[in-house]
Amino acid sequence: MAEYQNIFTRVQVRGPAYAGVPMTRSSWMRSNEPFFLHLFGRLGDAQVGPLYLGATGLASLICGFTAFEIIGLNMWASVNWDPVQFVRLLPWLALEPPAASWGLRIPPLAQGGWWLMAGFFLTASVLLWWVRVYRRARQLGLGTHTAWAFAAAIWLYLVLGFIRPLLMGSWSEAVPFGIFPHLDWTAAFSLRYGNLFYNPFHMLSIAFLYGSTLLFAMHGATVLATGRFGAEREVEQIIDRGTAFERGALFWRWTMGFNATAESIHRWAWWFAVLCPLCGGIGILLTGTVVDNWYLWGVKHSIAPPYPAMWGHVVDPATLAGGKP
Amino acid sequence: MKLGIGTALGWVAIAAGSLLTIAMLSRFERPPIDSVQAGFRGTGMVENVNPRLLAALQAANVIPASLPALPAAGPKAGQVYKNVQVLGGLSVGEFTRLMASITTWVAPTQGCAYCHNPANMADDSRYTKVVARRMIQMVQHVNADWTAHVKETGVTCYTCHRGQPVPSRIWFNDPGPPRAGGYTESSFGMTHASAAAGDSALPYDPFTPFLQNADAIRVQGTTALPAGNGMGIRDAEWTYSLMMYFSDSLGVNCTYCHNTRSFGDWSQSTPQRVTAWHGIRMVRDLNENYLMKLHDVFPPNRLGPTGDAPKLACATCHQGVYKPLFGVSMLQGFPELAHPLQPAAAK
Repeated sequence: MAEYQNIFTRVQVRGPAYAGVPMTRSSWMRSNEPFFLHLFGRLGDAQVGPLYLGATGLASLICGFTAFEIIGLNMWASVNWDPVQFVRLLPWLALEPPAASWGLRIPPLAQGGWWLMAGFFLTASVLLWWVRVYRRARQLGLGTHTAWAFAAAIWLYLVLGFIRPLLMGSWSEAVPFGIFPHLDWTAAFSLRYGNLFYNPFHMLSIAFLYGSTLLFAMHGATVLATGRFGAEREVEQIIDRGTAFERGALFWRWTMGFNATAESIHRWAWWFAVLCPLCGGIGILLTGTVVDNWYLWGVKHSIAPPYPAMWGHVVDPATLAGGKP
Repeated sequence: MKLGIGTALGWVAIAAGSLLTIAMLSRFERPPIDSVQAGFRGTGMVENVNPRLLAALQAANVIPASLPALPAAGPKAGQVYKNVQVLGGLSVGEFTRLMASITTWVAPTQGCAYCHNPANMADDSRYTKVVARRMIQMVQHVNADWTAHVKETGVTCYTCHRGQPVPSRIWFNDPGPPRAGGYTESSFGMTHASAAAGDSALPYDPFTPFLQNADAIRVQGTTALPAGNGMGIRDAEWTYSLMMYFSDSLGVNCTYCHNTRSFGDWSQSTPQRVTAWHGIRMVRDLNENYLMKLHDVFPPNRLGPTGDAPKLACATCHQGVYKPLFGVSMLQGFPELAHPLQPAAAK
């Protein structure tokens, strides 16, 4: 039975649809009449729209659709236009980058040219969307934190698909477009470069990834748990004792001796999230360009311990007399 | 209305959960799984065994009863029979026993006539007889010259054939499924479900480059910093596919041969990796010098989709077991297959 306790509630309270603060300095207007969807209200705000598409948004969608079509149609062609096989094998299908022999040259369409073109349009789409996110934030008078967090993810994407292949001198080092194939690529990347787990930037990236989930869980739990005392009024409660905010702070001081503030927890979360792809991108960028075998790098820097030999001395047979590699 | 949506969402969740469960049950192995530590503690060098599946595998890998050995004395087969090119040095008794054994190993339902013309046993007109002769030579060659891989256990016809005229796990050059061609993406030899590599999207024919040709398998650098290792990520995908095939063929994990923290490092590998290294060379040798040489002997229905001869690889003998037939040697009862025989004076 739904119960109205405070502003943090799953009860959907509906007023008239609201179009948002007035727009300034813009040739486009928000479009569509806002309407309400009950199911959306279960997940977020029940009001849908108005939507602002804008020139960058429209261009981004067109570029994104172009990339999607290039990838999808080539996947379909790879099963000889068979619709059943296309659906059955979709997770296996891919648009692959050119062979290593092409280096950084532009190959014919069938030899990886489609991959280059899809990459170009996808990158254009992502960058245009970034501009849109930045400009929408400025338009509303907000800070640009969302745009810069998005930029961290774009950095990792560009390192994987563009910057590192440029430095390695070959498009073949880039990631294929495909569900299983990009995962196979990830495994092969680690295998080729001597185990990515010994890459310190990979370690940092994982720490920030897991840290992000931990912080998200802690923050979400704290806010929900203190909601019954009106935690949404945290700023008014900061100067008082016994409030929801103070109880939340006290809970963490009791359990771990320290608490983030209502402001700093969001900086923690933002930096953890941003540093995950930022460090990951650095780790990828260093792989193959300045480090060839991360395990041996780890041995060199004493982070990979030796284990006792279990089977005597196993020798590479290719190095023995008469051995062929 | 709200209750209706909630109920509908509940049913959708139950249906999705059931579908996922069915999908998982069809792809995953039911417990129990026993694990056997093989390497140093903490390295994860563990072999996983499901006793239920192991029992079935053991039942499917029992050697057949051997015919009683016959004396080596008496006239030689090469003197008594015509056209005995390989086994002429055996006594007639030994020769007849081996022929009868081969029939039970290779053509138990078809009988002698699968290879021989019953009207003239010496006649070479049936291709199967020519192939069989070469295969006997191949078995002798393996047992004599590839002890680095087969050790004293050795192989016989049964190791691969298992009562079938054509061994079940042979391979052909695989051009892959048909593609639209033209201006659309051409084949990179991967990104279709790869039966060789555990149904992954890895290359579907790791055999041709590595077990027919001798392309380089090693992809990892041997120095921490770049020092001219020209292998790329896609090369690693081909090697990965081959290794998945090895793993599947022998029913073992990566850790049967490798310490996975550094796949390429021999000093941390198990002795089995050395055995496997020789096995790769043996397979290449047998494909090149025996099976591919028989190309013109085979009728078209025995050739692959691109017209190539059938070839062997790890699974042809191993059939999902780390040692074929769980290491039981059939060769001990058939010493005539242990090495090429001295030719007897032909009649």
